[in-house]
Amino acid sequence: MRLCVTAVLCGSLAVLAGCEKKEAPAPTTAAAPAAAPVVAAVVEDKTGPIKVGILHSLSGTMAISETSLKDVALMAIEELNEKGGVMGRKLEPVVVDPASNWPLFAEKARDLIQNQKVAVTFGCWTSVSRKSVLPVYEELNGLLFYPVQYEGEESSFNVFYTGAAPNQQAIPAVEYLMGAKGGNAKRWVLLGTDYVYPRTTNKILRYFLHSKGVKDDDIMETYTPFGHSDYQTIVADVKKFATGKRTAVVSTINGDSNVPFYKELGNQGLKATDIPVVAFSVGEEELRGIDTKPLVGHLAAWNYFMSMDTPENKEFVAKWNTYVKKHNLPDGAKRVTNDPMEATYIGIKMWAQAVEQARTTNVDAVRQAVGGQVVRSPSGFDIALDAKNHHLHKPVVIGEIKADGQFKVVWKTEGPIRAQAWSPFIPESAKKVADWTFPWVCGNCMEPKFAVALKGAAAK
Amino acid sequence: MKRRRPQIKQRDGGRRRFFYWLLSGAVLAATGAGGHDAALGAAADLDPLLRELGSTDTDKVRLAVTALADKGDVAALPALEALNDDNLKVAPDGAVYLFDAKERVLKHPLTGATVVPEPANLRGAETNNEIRRVLEPVLAQLKLGAADPRIRLAAAEELAKGGGASATPLLRKALAAEADSGVKEALSLAVARIDLTSEDPAKRIGALQILKQLGKGTIKGEIESLLKNERDPQVKAAANAALGSMRTREFFVSAIGHVLYGLSLASVFLFAALGLAITFGVMGVINMAHGEMLTIGAYTTYAVQVFFQKHFPGAINFYLVAAIPLAFAVATLAGVALERGVIRFLYGRPLETLLATWGISLCIIQTVRLFFGASNVAVANPSWLAGGYEVASGLVLSYSRIGVVVFVIIAALFVWLLLQKTTLGLQLRAVTQNRSMAACMGINTRRVDMLTFGLGSGIAGLGGVALSQLGNVGPELGQSYILDSFMVVVLGGVGRIAGTIGAALGLGIIQKLMEPSVGAVLGKIAVLSFIILFIQRRPQGMFPVKGRIEA
Amino acid sequence: MPNAVTASLSQVHSRRGWIILVLVTAALTGGVAALNRAVPATSSLHVPDYLIPLLGKFICFGIVALAMDLIWGYAGILSLGHGLFFALGGYAMGMYLMRSIAGEGVYRSELPDFMVFLDWKELPWFWYGFSNFHFALFMAMAVPGALAFVFGYLTFRSRIRGVYLSIVTQALTYAAMLLFFRNNTGFGGNNGLTDFKRMLGYPLHDPSVRVTLFVISGLVLFATYVACRFIVGSKYGRTMTAIRDSELRVRFCGYDTTTHKLFVWTFSAVLCGLAGALYVPQVGIINPSEMQPSNSIEMAIWVAVGGRASLVGGILGAWLINGAKSWLTVAFPSAWLYFLGALFILVTLFLPQGLVGIRAFFSRTTKR
Repeated sequence: MRLCVTAVLCGSLAVLAGCEKKEAPAPTTAAAPAAAPVVAAVVEDKTGPIKVGILHSLSGTMAISETSLKDVALMAIEELNEKGGVMGRKLEPVVVDPASNWPLFAEKARDLIQNQKVAVTFGCWTSVSRKSVLPVYEELNGLLFYPVQYEGEESSFNVFYTGAAPNQQAIPAVEYLMGAKGGNAKRWVLLGTDYVYPRTTNKILRYFLHSKGVKDDDIMETYTPFGHSDYQTIVADVKKFATGKRTAVVSTINGDSNVPFYKELGNQGLKATDIPVVAFSVGEEELRGIDTKPLVGHLAAWNYFMSMDTPENKEFVAKWNTYVKKHNLPDGAKRVTNDPMEATYIGIKMWAQAVEQARTTNVDAVRQAVGGQVVRSPSGFDIALDAKNHHLHKPVVIGEIKADGQFKVVWKTEGPIRAQAWSPFIPESAKKVADWTFPWVCGNCMEPKFAVALKGAAAK
Repeated sequence: MKRRRPQIKQRDGGRRRFFYWLLSGAVLAATGAGGHDAALGAAADLDPLLRELGSTDTDKVRLAVTALADKGDVAALPALEALNDDNLKVAPDGAVYLFDAKERVLKHPLTGATVVPEPANLRGAETNNEIRRVLEPVLAQLKLGAADPRIRLAAAEELAKGGGASATPLLRKALAAEADSGVKEALSLAVARIDLTSEDPAKRIGALQILKQLGKGTIKGEIESLLKNERDPQVKAAANAALGSMRTREFFVSAIGHVLYGLSLASVFLFAALGLAITFGVMGVINMAHGEMLTIGAYTTYAVQVFFQKHFPGAINFYLVAAIPLAFAVATLAGVALERGVIRFLYGRPLETLLATWGISLCIIQTVRLFFGASNVAVANPSWLAGGYEVASGLVLSYSRIGVVVFVIIAALFVWLLLQKTTLGLQLRAVTQNRSMAACMGINTRRVDMLTFGLGSGIAGLGGVALSQLGNVGPELGQSYILDSFMVVVLGGVGRIAGTIGAALGLGIIQKLMEPSVGAVLGKIAVLSFIILFIQRRPQGMFPVKGRIEA
Repeated sequence: MPNAVTASLSQVHSRRGWIILVLVTAALTGGVAALNRAVPATSSLHVPDYLIPLLGKFICFGIVALAMDLIWGYAGILSLGHGLFFALGGYAMGMYLMRSIAGEGVYRSELPDFMVFLDWKELPWFWYGFSNFHFALFMAMAVPGALAFVFGYLTFRSRIRGVYLSIVTQALTYAAMLLFFRNNTGFGGNNGLTDFKRMLGYPLHDPSVRVTLFVISGLVLFATYVACRFIVGSKYGRTMTAIRDSELRVRFCGYDTTTHKLFVWTFSAVLCGLAGALYVPQVGIINPSEMQPSNSIEMAIWVAVGGRASLVGGILGAWLINGAKSWLTVAFPSAWLYFLGALFILVTLFLPQGLVGIRAFFSRTTKR
C-alpha cells in the first residue's frame, strides 16, 4: 500500500517538475489572465526570433491532407528567413501534431499561445478542428490563419480565412454547369460526406437552385458516412436519377472516400460528357491517389490550380520542387501544389507584410494591419484581405481533370470576388453582418455594437 | 433455338464485314484512285478543317467538328479520335498530327504515315467537355459503318443516349442494314428515342412499343415528360404500358443489383478477414496489426506498379501478376518477423498481444508515412480490370470488383486446400484442437505457429492487393478494415474458415440490402447491432466448433 | 453506526494509508491550485494557466482508468468500448452547456446553432430537461449506466467472455459513433457540441473557474478511488476477483456470477460517464470521435501500461501515456508514434505487471 501511495506522490511531483521545466526558459509570463494580451504586448520580446505556430495533423486520418500544408508553411518561412526574416528578426516555426484529434487541437492551440507564445498560428483543416480551437483563440486573443475552403457561416475577430467561402467556390461552379459551356444541367445530385461542410454547402446550393427555378424533384441529396468506401449503390442511384434530364453531380465527398467513389464512377462508365461531377474537395493532392484516366473531364472548382499558366505560379511551383528536393520529403518528385497550399502561402506572406507594416507582432496591431493587405498570388491575381469579414477576395477557377492528374482551366472569373461569410441564401444568416473594422465592430451581429466596440477596444 | 443464335450472328457479322469492305472499295473506286491517293485527295478537302481542330479557340474547334460530321467522311475519324483521347498534337505552323501512344510516334492524320523528323514545339490540342459533348456523337456516327460489331455497338449505344438527333436518317439507314442483333437493339432504341418527339402519333406509338419491348430504363425520363404533354389517348396508353414494363424490369434489376453489390462487398470483407481467421481464429492471437498487413500488401502492389512503370512500361498491364506473389511474400515475411520478434512471447495471453500488436501497428503506420508520404498513392487498375460489365441495363458491375470476387474465391480455396490437404494444414489443425497433445505427437508447435502466422499475414497481403484495386492506398488503409474483419471472424465462429466465409457473405448482402431503404450509415449501424444481438444468441458464432470448449 | 463507518474506512485503508491518501490528494489538487492562483507568474514554481485544463483532462482520464481497472484488473472483463460511456457522459454535460447559452448562439435562436442549421423548428424530445444542470449531471451517469446495464445483462447472461466480449464492445462503440456522426441524429454530427460559455452561470474561460473545475475533478478522483478501493476490499470484490480467475468454479460454488459482473460493469460505466461530464467543460468540445474504437483501446492500454489489478497503476498509466502524448506531439511531432508504439511493446514484453510491477521486475533480475 505504501508503495502505491509513494507512486502517486512521485507521479504528482513529476507532473509539477514537468511544469517547472517547461516554464523556466520563458522570459515572461502573463500575470492576470484578463489582462494577458496587454502584458504580453508591453513586455514583448523585441530581439529574439518570432515564433510561428503550425497546427496541422501529421498523424491520424487527416495527415493525408494536412502534411503538405505543414511543408508549404515551412517553405514559406524558410523563404522569408532567407530574405532576412520579418523586421530583421528570424521566424521560428513551432510545429505540433494534433493527431487528427479534435480536443487535442484545442489543447495544442492553448499550448502554442500560452506556453510557446507564438505570434500567429497557421493551421486546421476540418471544420470541427477549427470549431474546436475557435473559443481558445477568442479567449486568449490569438491569431489564426485558416487555409481551407469551408462552409462559411462564420467570421471571427481572431481568425483570418484564406480559403474559399461557398460563394467563392460552390455557387460559381454550379452556375457554370447550368450554362451552355457546362452542359445545361437541369437536374442536380448533391452528394457529400455527412458533416457540416457538405451540409451547409448543399443547403446554400439548394436555396440557390430554387432561386434559379430548379424544383425539389430535380435535386437529389445524399450523404455517406466518413471513410465510406462502397459507392456501388450510390453510383447506380445517380445513374437512375439521371435519366431524362441533363444531370450534374456536385460532390462534397471528403478526401478519403473520393478514391473509391471515382473508381466506381469510372468503372461503371459514367462519363463526364454524360454526367459531369464537380468536386469541391478534390485537388491535385487527392488526384495523386487516383488513376485519373477514367475521370478525364470531371471538374473541380477552386481558387488555384497547379497547372495555371502564370509567371507567379511557375515560380511558386519551382520553389516548391526545390524545397521538396532540398529537404528530401517523402515521395519527392511526385509532390504537387494545391489550393489550400496556395492559401497557406498567401496567408504567411500577408501576415509578414502586416507585421512589417505594424512594426510589431502584437496581435491587435497586426490584426489591424492585415486587413487590406494585398499579395500577388501564384494564381496571378492581386489578392486582398477583406478587413471587414476577415476573408480573402479570391478568383474562382474551374478545371477539368486531365489524364495526367492535373487540371485544365476551363473557366475563371475576371478578377477576385469578395467572400460572403454569411450566405445571403440562408434566411437566418442573410441578415447578418460580418464587420470587424474599427469602430464598427459588428462580428456576427445584426446591428453594429458601436459603444460596446469602443469600450472593448479601449479595454484591449 | 437460343443456342444456335451465336452461329447466325457470326455468319452475319462476316457477311456484314465483307459488305463493308465492298462498300468502301466502291467509294475509293469512285474517287478514282487507290487507297493512298484517295486519302490524299480527301486531304485537300479535309485539311483546313483538321487544322481548325488544333485551334486554341474552343468555339472554332467545335464548329470544325460539326463541319467534319456533316461531311461524314470516315477519313477524319483518326484525327477526331485523337482529339477525344488528348492525342492530337499541333505544330507551330498549325498542322496537326496524331500521337500514337502505343508506339510513341507521330503520325499523319489522314494517311497514318509516321512523321519523321518530328516537328519541334508541338503542343496538345485543346479539348474540354464542351467539345467532347459534340465530338462523341460525331465519332459514333462515323463509327456506325465500322466492320467490328463491338465498335458499332458502342457507337449505337452512344447515339441512343440522345446525341444522335442530327443523324436520324443515318441511323435509320444503319438500322435497316444492320444484321447483328445487339447492335440492332441499340440502334432501334436510338431511333425510338428520336421518334418519341415525332409529330406523327403513330410513330410515337411505334416507338413506345419498341421501348416497351426493350424495357430499358434509360429513356424513362423522356417517356414521363412525354406523358405530361400528351393528348392522344392511344399514345398515353402505350406510354403507360412502356413505363409499366420498365418499372417491373427496374425493380428486378435493382433487386439483383443489391445482391450482386452485396456479394462484392462480402468479397472485400472476406479478403480483409480471411488472414485474420487464420491468425485469430486458429491461433487465438488478437492481432491488431493485421490491418497493417493489408497496408503492406497494398503498398507492395504500388511499389511493383512504380517499378513496372519505370522499367517495363510495355508490360504495365501485367504488374498485378508480379504484385500478387510479391505481396504475399512480403507480408508473410513481415508476419513471420512479427511472430518471432514479439508474439511468440505472448502466447496464452491473448489480451496482451492486443496491446503489443497495437503498438506495432502504430509503428508500421508511421514507417509507411515516412517512406511513402502521408498522402494516398495511386494504384491504377490495369486495363483489363478497368471498366465494367453490364449485367442488365442500368446494372454495371465493375471488372475490378468481379476480379476481387474471383480472386477471393481462389484465395479461400487455396487456404482450404492448404488446411485440408497438406501436412502443414494437418499439423496446424492438430495444434488448434489440442496444443499439448499435438506437441506430444512430435509436432514442432513453435514452427507451426510461425508458419501459421506467416500464412495468415500473407493472405492479408493478398487482401491488400485486392483492396488496392478498389479504394484508397494510404497509411491508414488497414485501420479502416480492422474492425470489420474482427466482426466477420467473430460472427463466423472462431476457428472456422467456412464460418468466416458465411459471415462475410451475410454481412455484405444484408448491408447492401439495407442501404437503399435506410441509407449507408443506418445500414451499417443495423448490421453492427445485428452482430451484437446475434452473438448474444450464439456466442460461438454461426458455425461453432463442436465438442468441449476449453475454458 | 459510527463504528460501522470506521470499520468500512479501515477496511479501505489503514489509518496511515488514509493520511497519506488525503495528503496526496490535497497536494495534487490544492497544491496545483495554489501554485496557479497564489504564486506570482514570475516565480518558477508558478503553474501556468494553460496547464490547468490539461491536468484536469488527465484527472478525468484517471477516473476512466480506475473504471477500466475495476472491470479488467479485478473482474477480468476487458471492455474495448468504454469510450462510449465516457462520451455519453460528456454529451449529457455538453447538452446542458449548449442549453445554458440558448439565445446566445450565432443565430440568436433558442435552439442550438446546429439545429437552426438543419432547419429544425423545435427541440427534439431527448433534449428536454437538459437546461437543468442537476438533470444533466444525473443523465451523465444514468444514460451510460442504463446502457451498460442492458448490454451487460444480455452479454453476461449469454456468458460471453474474453475476446468475444472485447470485440462486441468495439462493435457497440463503433455503431454509436456512426449514429452520432449523423447530423440527423440530433447531437451536432461530426462537429459535436462546442463553443460553451458558462456553467451554472460561471464563465468557463475564467481561470478561477478552471481551477475550481480542476479541484472538483481531483476530489471526484479521490472519491472514486476510495469507492473502488472499498469495492475491491469488500467480500463482493473478492468474489469478483475469484470470478476473474475462474468463473466456472465460482459459479459452481453457488455464486451468481452474472449479477456480480453486471454490478461492477454498470458501476464502471457510471464512473466513465461522470469522468466524461467533468472532461467536457475543461476541454470545451465533445464530438463522436471520442467514441472511436481506437480511443477505447487506448483506455485499456493505460491500464495495461500502469498495471492491472492495482488501482494506482491504472491512474499512473493514464497519466504517463497522456503526459507523454502531450509532450511528444510537440517535441517530436513526426516520430512520436514510434515512442508510443515502442512503449506498448516493451511494457507487454518485459513488464507484464505494468509499471507498478517495475520493482518486482528489478528484484527478479537482480536475484538472477
